[in-house]
Amino acid sequence: MKKTIVLGVIGADCHAVGNKILEHAFTQAGFNVINIGVLSPQEDFINAAIETNAEAILVSSLYGHGEIDCRGLREKCDEAGLKDILLYVGGNLVVGKQDWNSVEQRFKDMGFNRVYPPGTSPDTAINDLKHDLGVE
Amino acid sequence: MDAILLIDFGSTYTKLTAVDIENEEIIGTAKALTTVNEDIMIGFNNAFKILKDNLKKEDVNFTDKLACSSAAGGLKMIAIGLVPELTAEAAKRAALGAGARILGVYSYELSKSEIDDIKSKNPDIILLAGGTDGGNKDCIIHNANLLAKNIKNVPVVVAGNKNSRDEIEEIFKAEGIYYKATENVMPRLNVINVEPAREVIREIFMEKIIEAKGMKKAESFINGILMPTPAAVLKAARILADGTDKEEGIGELVVIDIGGATTDVHSIAKGEPSKPGVTLRGLQEPYAKRTVEGDLGMRVSAVSLFEAAGTRRIKKFVPDTPFDVEERCRFLQRNVNIVPNSAEEVEFDEALGMVATEMAMERHVGVIESVYTPMGIIYSQVGKDLLNVKYLIGTGGILVHSSNPKKILSAGLFSMESPNYLKPQSPDILIDKTYILSAMGLLSEKYPDKAIRIMKKYMVKM
Repeated sequence: MKKTIVLGVIGADCHAVGNKILEHAFTQAGFNVINIGVLSPQEDFINAAIETNAEAILVSSLYGHGEIDCRGLREKCDEAGLKDILLYVGGNLVVGKQDWNSVEQRFKDMGFNRVYPPGTSPDTAINDLKHDLGVE
Repeated sequence: MDAILLIDFGSTYTKLTAVDIENEEIIGTAKALTTVNEDIMIGFNNAFKILKDNLKKEDVNFTDKLACSSAAGGLKMIAIGLVPELTAEAAKRAALGAGARILGVYSYELSKSEIDDIKSKNPDIILLAGGTDGGNKDCIIHNANLLAKNIKNVPVVVAGNKNSRDEIEEIFKAEGIYYKATENVMPRLNVINVEPAREVIREIFMEKIIEAKGMKKAESFINGILMPTPAAVLKAARILADGTDKEEGIGELVVIDIGGATTDVHSIAKGEPSKPGVTLRGLQEPYAKRTVEGDLGMRVSAVSLFEAAGTRRIKKFVPDTPFDVEERCRFLQRNVNIVPNSAEEVEFDEALGMVATEMAMERHVGVIESVYTPMGIIYSQVGKDLLNVKYLIGTGGILVHSSNPKKILSAGLFSMESPNYLKPQSPDILIDKTYILSAMGLLSEKYPDKAIRIMKKYMVKM
């Protein structure tokens, strides 16, 4: 059976183009994509994952406020009973030229399993997701 | 002359409407107190006698007798889903659209105390949902197990994740639970599918509930109690808006029904954003949507209306009233059959109607919010945009008997004071002066073309 994933753009961020590209790419790769679209609060990701029994949540953030928007998502997932659900995040996560390793580490400390810098190809995340979910 | 008799067994009155089907005219109406506790037919016969006296000049032969009912507490339902904002909300909307009174909405895995709570509310039907198709099924199966073991005598409509259906059917069969399974109320995330559940609720209403409420006897004389009264109103509204195969509809509309205990709002409209650059969020809205405000009513709910609105909000519509607002509301709730006489009393009733209209509309329509982003302000909409709806239709005692229904209904229009509520901006205002909406919903079961033509003829433009 197809693996279900929740996809969306977090916070007050309305960048819709990349969101559509990701939906297309992950669907083509054989996933059942639940796209909650732009302007999505954390709660919408969690509610969608509960109802659809999703195995991963993919968060995009393009406008530089990703760090504030993503804080506490892992804890809320734990609280909602989504134990060990995979959390991926990618995009222009922070403002300015910051050292990527420290950015990645900050998001991993927040409980994200994978963190992607700007310019990552969808294929990279697709391959990682297949690996993490044990599907090939 | 051949005619059709349409009957509404209401909570207080049994109302009859006789329709000359050939000429598409209402030839008579009558009402008498509903007598559901002794024998529903006593009240019916009282009303029928009045109707016959009114028609005495003519020899009328009733070819069909169709009824709807909200007697004996109406159709009382419990809605159960998984996430409160998603399947639980979708289940609630399905039940409301089926004409039910919602006694409670439950979400996530039920507990024993919640089961006791449900039992004590004594529902007629339980609607069980949870999970999108292919999504979560643990929760709905857990809830089905608990219901099956603890609540044996209430019919259940199963409208959740299709992948859980086989297992739930086994559980219910093993425990001897009366149930009907149908399509999921939310097959995909944020996509609702309320019609199949509504239809199944109606089937159970006709098969089981009528009998349980002691109204089976009526069916020996009439052709059937087809649906709960609010479902008939919604059906009439829908036919009037959309038209039929042969007859054109009047377009998108909103119906407000201000009653003694509740204020109902029905909207037949897509509700998509009417302004560019607005992002739609949240659960999809039903095209034919009904909301019921159990705390906003003219009599039985006058005190809760006061508590919800407060003195200042009521006084806004009746600044010079000699009454103390709170005292008057308490008085009206104690004396539910009171009819206003003096100008002050009429004015106060009108103010209550206006507050009920304003608040019920605020809760029914969509809300627009501005979101401040690094790219500037953008707008997000949750719920239905009803700004461009063409008609606002009023029904219910206060509006039908008022000399000033337009004033009361105007409280439900868009206002610059609260521009984020997407209420109708400049609709034509119509009044259901002859009180025929529920009757026409019934008539449309058999004669949809005639029902819509009669409605067009009898709705009075203000």
